[in-house]
Amino acid sequence: MKSFTYTIQDELGIHARPAGMLAKAAAAYKSVVTIDNGTKKADAKRLMAIMSMGVKKGHTVTVTVEGEDEDTAAAAMEEFFKTNL
Amino acid sequence: MIVREGKSVFKGVAIGSIFVYRKAEKAVNKVEIEDTAAELARFQAAKAKGLEQLKGLYEKARVDVGEEEAMIFDVHQMLMEDLDYNESITGIIEGEKMNAEYAVFMTGEQMAAMFLSMDDDYMRGRAADIHDISDRLISILNGTQVSPEAMPEPVIIVAEDLAPSETVQFDKSKLLAIVTQKGSANSHTAILARTMNIPSLVTTDIEIDQEYHGRQAVVDGFAGLIYIDPDEETMAKMVEKKRKADEQRALLQEMKGKETVTQSGKHIHLYSNIGGVGDVDAVLENDSEGIGLFRSEFLYLGCDDYPSEEVQFEAYKTVLSRMNGKKVIIRTLDIGADKQIDYFDLPKEENPALGYRAIRICLTREDVFKTQLRALFRASAFGNLGIMFPMIISVKEIEKIKKIVEEVKLELAREDQAVGDVELGIMIETPAAAVTSDLLAPHVDFFSIGTNDLSQYTLAIDRQNQSLDDFFDPHHEAILRLIQMTIENAHKYGAWCGICGELGADEELTAKFVQMGIDELSVSPGYTLDLRKRIREC
Repeated sequence: MKSFTYTIQDELGIHARPAGMLAKAAAAYKSVVTIDNGTKKADAKRLMAIMSMGVKKGHTVTVTVEGEDEDTAAAAMEEFFKTNL
Repeated sequence: MIVREGKSVFKGVAIGSIFVYRKAEKAVNKVEIEDTAAELARFQAAKAKGLEQLKGLYEKARVDVGEEEAMIFDVHQMLMEDLDYNESITGIIEGEKMNAEYAVFMTGEQMAAMFLSMDDDYMRGRAADIHDISDRLISILNGTQVSPEAMPEPVIIVAEDLAPSETVQFDKSKLLAIVTQKGSANSHTAILARTMNIPSLVTTDIEIDQEYHGRQAVVDGFAGLIYIDPDEETMAKMVEKKRKADEQRALLQEMKGKETVTQSGKHIHLYSNIGGVGDVDAVLENDSEGIGLFRSEFLYLGCDDYPSEEVQFEAYKTVLSRMNGKKVIIRTLDIGADKQIDYFDLPKEENPALGYRAIRICLTREDVFKTQLRALFRASAFGNLGIMFPMIISVKEIEKIKKIVEEVKLELAREDQAVGDVELGIMIETPAAAVTSDLLAPHVDFFSIGTNDLSQYTLAIDRQNQSLDDFFDPHHEAILRLIQMTIENAHKYGAWCGICGELGADEELTAKFVQMGIDELSVSPGYTLDLRKRIREC
């Protein structure tokens, strides 16, 4: 299992569009990708579930990646957060 | 004449006839089915068609309103492909043996309800997107079309509510205004209307009555009103208002995003004068490059006691954050003379304009002054702040101010409060300051010439006495010489120099100011674009 934490920089938080892009990016891997904001967890492959967490700017989330391709998936996810959120 | 009121999302005026728009009835029947596999296939086919339509809408919106606003249809595609959404639909078809329309409808309602319950305006607004994609799928399944009826001529649309996909589907050239009963200023429809420059009202108390169809109306996006069958007087007023608004818009189109440079290539900082946090909208709308004069009096006026450090900090921070790194120059408290505040308990004076006012109050009421400076320096961490002090006549005053500023900064450092880099400047609004500007300049980062007071003190003419109007010459050589002297002395000592008084917006003098070497002009937001145009000609 791999994990990293990230503090959201985007003014709008994880809003609809990046959430959709995140779901697409996560779906490219076999690993299970989970986002945890301390109170709620969501499967990163599920757009509405991510949006319903209501993650805002300044919130810190923990992302865990578990599965056979977890090394490449975790690196890709971390890159995604840094670039888009 | 009938008048209805709504919340305006775009300032503009539209005149034309009303088109009452109703959505096609989308009654969803609940039908039990036998062949779940066939029903699933029907849903998948509808989804494929829906995604294809959304792709088309995305392309159309991209051309009509631009990439950023078109994104909503990209998001709609993603939502339509969401796993939870799809699993819920296929679950109802397979598990409950229900028809696809019903499965989509129930799922849409459920997901929308989840978003509506969220503690976040933005996310609550997404419920409309879920309804939009569900309606699209149901229309495809039912075989009903979503596209609006053809409109023969440009019209004012009156509707209960509009989904973004409906708004973008209207032929733009036939759309004068949109008036809806529901909706919000943050909805995508509102955003699209703003981007398309279409006057629009939401949450309007208007009846969606077929009676209104085809009747003459005026939408006034400045006042948030729609007039149905306007009388002659209203019509004449609105025609004039529309002409002015159109002119301003044309200027905006022409000048927005352009640099404020003179013919010889010198960049003039074109800033705005504001009197409160609410004015920032106008500053941004008019593409101003910063705030050259933020009158802090509004925080003190209209309350019963001294505003606390926290109240001031929040106000300054809001303005600095909203200006997003652009320069914001805040002038410290300038009361006395024509601006009186009860709780300061200022004594009556024979001659208030020459009396106990502005910096003279601050330097004798250090507690009041320090509270404001603490709030200002704390806010400085959130943007690009300049502070300027009014009614200066001598170096001694600047030295006193700087001593207090240092004390405040030390206090904040001890408390581990973050502060940013702050430019300190003074108003040049007394003849004394202008004449001794060579002595003052080495002590400051900038001068801002307050031409209103400078004129009245130089010419010894009370601005408020109308019987002196004939004697008052705003272009008097004495004033112009003082301005020239001030600019030259500022530059000699490495300070920059601007004008924040009414004269700054006087286009007859723009060329002269440019020639004198002025660095900044700060005017009411509404004058920004006119002045940019003028500066570019100089």
